[in-house]
Amino acid sequence: MATTKKDPVLVVLQLTGANDYLNTIIPYTNGHYRDARPKVGIPEDQALPIDGAPGLGFNPNMAPFKKLYDEGKVAVIHGIGYENSPRSHFRSMDIWHTCEPDIVGTEGWAARVIRDLDPNSENVLKGVNFGQGLPRALALRGVPITSVSSLESYGVLSSVPGVAAEAERAQILERFARMYAPAVGTGAVMDYLGQTGRDALQGADIIRSAPERYSSTVEYAETPIAKFLRDIAQVYLADLGTQVFYTQHGSFDTHFNQPPMHTKLWIDVSRAISDFFDDLKEHDAGDNLIMMLFTEFGRRVKDNGTGTDHGAGGVAFVIGNQVKGGMYSQYPSLKPEDLSQGDLAPNYDFRGFYSTVIDRWLGLDPVPIVGGNFEQLDFV
Amino acid sequence: MPDKEQIALMGHLMRRAGFGAPHEELAARAAKGYEATVEELLHPEHQEAVDVELLYRFLPGYEGALGPPLNQAEWVYRMINTQRPLEEKMALFWHQLFATGNSKVDNPPELTQQIAMFREHGLGHFRNLLVELARNPAMIFWLDNNGNHRGAINENWGRELLELFSMGVGNYSEDDIKEASRAFTGWTIGPKIPRNPLGRFYWSFEYRPEDHDDGPKTFLGQTGDFNGEDIIDIVVKQPATARFLARHLYNFFVADEPQVPSWNITPPNDPAAIDALIASYDQSGGDIRAMLRTLFNSDFFKAARYSRVKSPAELVIGTARLVGNYQGPRPGFNALAFECAYQGQELLNPPSVESWHTGAEWIDGGALVRRVNFAAGLLGNTSLPGVQSIIENLQERGPMTPAQLVEACLELSGPVEVSDSTYSELLEQARQGGDVHWDSESNRAESGRRAGLMLALIAASRDFQFA
Repeated sequence: MATTKKDPVLVVLQLTGANDYLNTIIPYTNGHYRDARPKVGIPEDQALPIDGAPGLGFNPNMAPFKKLYDEGKVAVIHGIGYENSPRSHFRSMDIWHTCEPDIVGTEGWAARVIRDLDPNSENVLKGVNFGQGLPRALALRGVPITSVSSLESYGVLSSVPGVAAEAERAQILERFARMYAPAVGTGAVMDYLGQTGRDALQGADIIRSAPERYSSTVEYAETPIAKFLRDIAQVYLADLGTQVFYTQHGSFDTHFNQPPMHTKLWIDVSRAISDFFDDLKEHDAGDNLIMMLFTEFGRRVKDNGTGTDHGAGGVAFVIGNQVKGGMYSQYPSLKPEDLSQGDLAPNYDFRGFYSTVIDRWLGLDPVPIVGGNFEQLDFV
Repeated sequence: MPDKEQIALMGHLMRRAGFGAPHEELAARAAKGYEATVEELLHPEHQEAVDVELLYRFLPGYEGALGPPLNQAEWVYRMINTQRPLEEKMALFWHQLFATGNSKVDNPPELTQQIAMFREHGLGHFRNLLVELARNPAMIFWLDNNGNHRGAINENWGRELLELFSMGVGNYSEDDIKEASRAFTGWTIGPKIPRNPLGRFYWSFEYRPEDHDDGPKTFLGQTGDFNGEDIIDIVVKQPATARFLARHLYNFFVADEPQVPSWNITPPNDPAAIDALIASYDQSGGDIRAMLRTLFNSDFFKAARYSRVKSPAELVIGTARLVGNYQGPRPGFNALAFECAYQGQELLNPPSVESWHTGAEWIDGGALVRRVNFAAGLLGNTSLPGVQSIIENLQERGPMTPAQLVEACLELSGPVEVSDSTYSELLEQARQGGDVHWDSESNRAESGRRAGLMLALIAASRDFQFA
């Protein structure tokens, strides 16, 4: 297990919509790739060759990302997925979120992690989501998650007219807390609302202090993912005890007109991640945090003329100073006879990926969180 | 004079079949009667449509609005100002079910056209609606049917038609998806007219026989040279379709159900209600209006008060209607559109074709804070006309005890039904100021201020999160 000076921190970045594995880590010398991608293939001379991985290159728009790789800070996990991949966004994302491939699960794996990191819910900021709406990965009754769409404007009853004085405002907040107090027999949804309201009241007070304490010379791009990662950096650097951050970017659902869409997506994601780690470096805070990137599945090997349809096996990444960079697992075979219904056959179970992070980075027992024993990798 | 129970029931109907109504409107509708109001709602064509001539004169950017938030604001304007609440509510229902997003379509006017199509066909036969949907350019682009060619299918539309729009997971095979996709080859968007020099032109549906695969297909056990409409004809006759639609209507209008992807294995909370809606579908040949008539007049509907978590659109529009500050063209609708998005429902841009998760999943820490702040900020603002009207009504009731203040405020803002714990906290707040008097300038000012705070606390309550 990796050792850190402070509690280890995990950032989860979800690439929503199914990122195209083949055009992210490009098998640019592979004839099957050329055959299958007449329209959306990336020319050999544009891929960014990866040292030590003959025939593989990063997408040409991932130069800042490749720089982190070259510094030994990025682990690439090939062929990730699970058996009988359903090729439905909703279903597959639910499976990644709940680790339940056979039933429709309701509990999120990241929420279970937060529960185990903080069993008595002592810190409502143990898990913080940045974005609109909470992903199912963070859903678990009794586990408070603070969800922030924008750090600057966060607070409870911050704008009620007619509140005469600060003392009256404090009293109104007390009434709010009591209106949201636990009450017997009002039902699960009322209980959930009550808990959420009480937690929000507490979390809001604390998290608002983060921007006040933050300063940095790093200028993030004006993109949604850069804004969320900057917000994460602010909360992380304020030392509020948050150990799990979650955010997402998309949509990677490139059925049509893929080349310009996929280009923009990776320009934005690579730059934002690079700026984020530069920011941590500037604050000498890069050793306690790793970031994992995942998507719900890869895309079909053969292109459909302008884009790619839903596939199976995909690629995931882990980034951080304490990550042992390099290639993990195997790039699945592109030979037509090895494909599964036209898709890359996954050869590494995503629950092993989660288990590695949960066990070796966060120091928790992964078995109850991911629902079993799965092969771990040595990237941390 | 309608009694309190009749007003409460009318409040329920208007929250569900529309976006709620201020107390004066509830009293007037209750006086007309419940079933008469249901019929009026079911026939929006008997009411005046929104006056777009007037609207576009004041807010010219709304006409063919080219981007967020203007396109969203135009819809928010309609939801607040419509005389046809159910027509607009059904447009929202279909938008949530046939979720099409600007993130990919990148053409707000086309999405606005799709919503207009929902207005026109949303209360008709499900078969016709699905055909219109299959021909809708925004949908064709969203699910890539323009890339679905003879000999080279793109199965995105074919799959979602079956999985998300009609039958639900578990009722068809992967082969059915491929065959359905073949049947929809050639259903595409016509050549786009260059924008210059005359501005943007709407996309149009085009059927290209030469790109249509007219060979035999086997779909759900039937074989024939099916075209797209044949597929829809088969789909709407499937029991799974009637059931799927019934559950969606129940989930949207009656009470929160488990999340949609679990429906193939999780039974409905009220099987008898679903059966009644299915029977209505079968008897009427798939008439949405008939299903809604059954629904609104049923006992299961009337008994389901405050059993759904409001969607952000319902919370934002409902509160805005209550405070009466958004009547007619004026600035401010952009902010309401943004507010829906910040609470987790960006109109005309759902997160994916699987749409938003509903019910308790609308609520998380961030969303709850925004909901509370928004509703309390408006209902606590005594300068707004709807709030003034509530205060005037209170004043007409004369001096009141703290308990009377609480009850009157609850009655005039919903009527809102609250739990014991909320009620006792509201009562504590009222008691702190003692009895309410209106007999002097300073008493009127103070009593009005106290009423505003009371309304803000009601809006901040857990109970207010429900419709």
